[in-house]
Amino acid sequence: MLNTTLKHLEAEQELKDALDTHKNVMICCGRMGPMCLPVYAAMRDLRDEYSNVSFFDQDFDGPAASYIKNLPECAEFRGLPFTVYFRGGKAVVATTSIQTSEQVREILDREFDGK
Amino acid sequence: MDNVVIMGTGPAGLTAAIYAARADLRPLVVEGNAPGGQLIVSCEVENYPGFPDAVSGMELMGLFRKQAERFGARFVSGVVTSVKALAGGYVLTCGDEPIETRAIVVATGAMARRLPIASEAKYYGKGISGCATCDGAFYRNLDVIVVGGGNTAMEDAIFLTRFAKSVTIVHRRDYLRAAPVEVEKARGNPKIKWMIPRVIDEIIGEDLVTGVTLRKPDTNDTEHMDCDGIFVAIGHDPKTELFRDLIDCDSLGFVRIEPGSTRTSAAGVFACGDVADPHYKQAVIAAGTGCMAALDAQKYLEMNVK
Repeated sequence: MLNTTLKHLEAEQELKDALDTHKNVMICCGRMGPMCLPVYAAMRDLRDEYSNVSFFDQDFDGPAASYIKNLPECAEFRGLPFTVYFRGGKAVVATTSIQTSEQVREILDREFDGK
Repeated sequence: MDNVVIMGTGPAGLTAAIYAARADLRPLVVEGNAPGGQLIVSCEVENYPGFPDAVSGMELMGLFRKQAERFGARFVSGVVTSVKALAGGYVLTCGDEPIETRAIVVATGAMARRLPIASEAKYYGKGISGCATCDGAFYRNLDVIVVGGGNTAMEDAIFLTRFAKSVTIVHRRDYLRAAPVEVEKARGNPKIKWMIPRVIDEIIGEDLVTGVTLRKPDTNDTEHMDCDGIFVAIGHDPKTELFRDLIDCDSLGFVRIEPGSTRTSAAGVFACGDVADPHYKQAVIAAGTGCMAALDAQKYLEMNVK
């Protein structure tokens, strides 16, 4: 399990439930490495501000990560973490490797209405 | 008000935390955005004393942290975004909460340098990586380049031979900074090729990296080289931007400390580890200076707090 304060998605059913029950979802699928930690930190710092978005992480090596890994949006990714933004259950943006808070914020503002 | 806030959780910060906690200072450790520091990317640390069979950087830093927690060090996740002096100490901003402290140990370490090429950012995660242990497995049976001539570059190259079809080390100079033992290991690996001295002038690709333009620095002759991935290991810069107005730093950004101590130009602020070490940059030295910082902070508090 990832050592973060974010909600973890450990089973595929948890992921599907999250996508079914939340309109706007951001999932960061990674490990506890130097490229992933800044993304988790950005999510932690932004989650109170973006109450319209549900933030989750997922262990890249866990069985439930196959859903994210097999998304067409992530097919060419070669860097951890894989971060995917879902609106209404559909992936709308996916990023690979390290991202800054500013980059995450820009996507949240662009893709999801109403903080 | 806290006695001492330690900023950073690499070998320096966590050693400072162990010593400060054992001195009953109840240190507060701010993790920063890279808990564990640079060492967590090392799959095998072979030169840290006490581990004759090598240890992963992640495991080693986990042990450091466990030891600090055992003695009562407190940890807070988050990043300090401002530091200001106040009467009898300092106030730090971390998230929404101000933290007041009598002393600070700066152990913020260093951050990896990026290639000075405009298109580098576009290909991050799509052919460019700063972490071989994180991303190496994505390059199975592919051709990759490692840029750099230090220990990290050699270690990355050797690690990547587990996955890649070929690994080419590209370095701008015709000599290497890496320890001879690391160079010897790389030279003995049949999957590793050398392009020295060369610099990368251009990264080529569409969605993914497909090649680079290499240049010989002495003649400026250029050549194309196909590759699928580029791992960047060209050194680190000290993370001191936050402190530039508070403490003296040298022209490269390293904190200036009084020789033989960890005292900075600001009373009650101590610096240790790679943030104040332009020369050695070794985990064991960072740990040693972390110990010094805790002892210096302890002495400062004894002399200045009524």
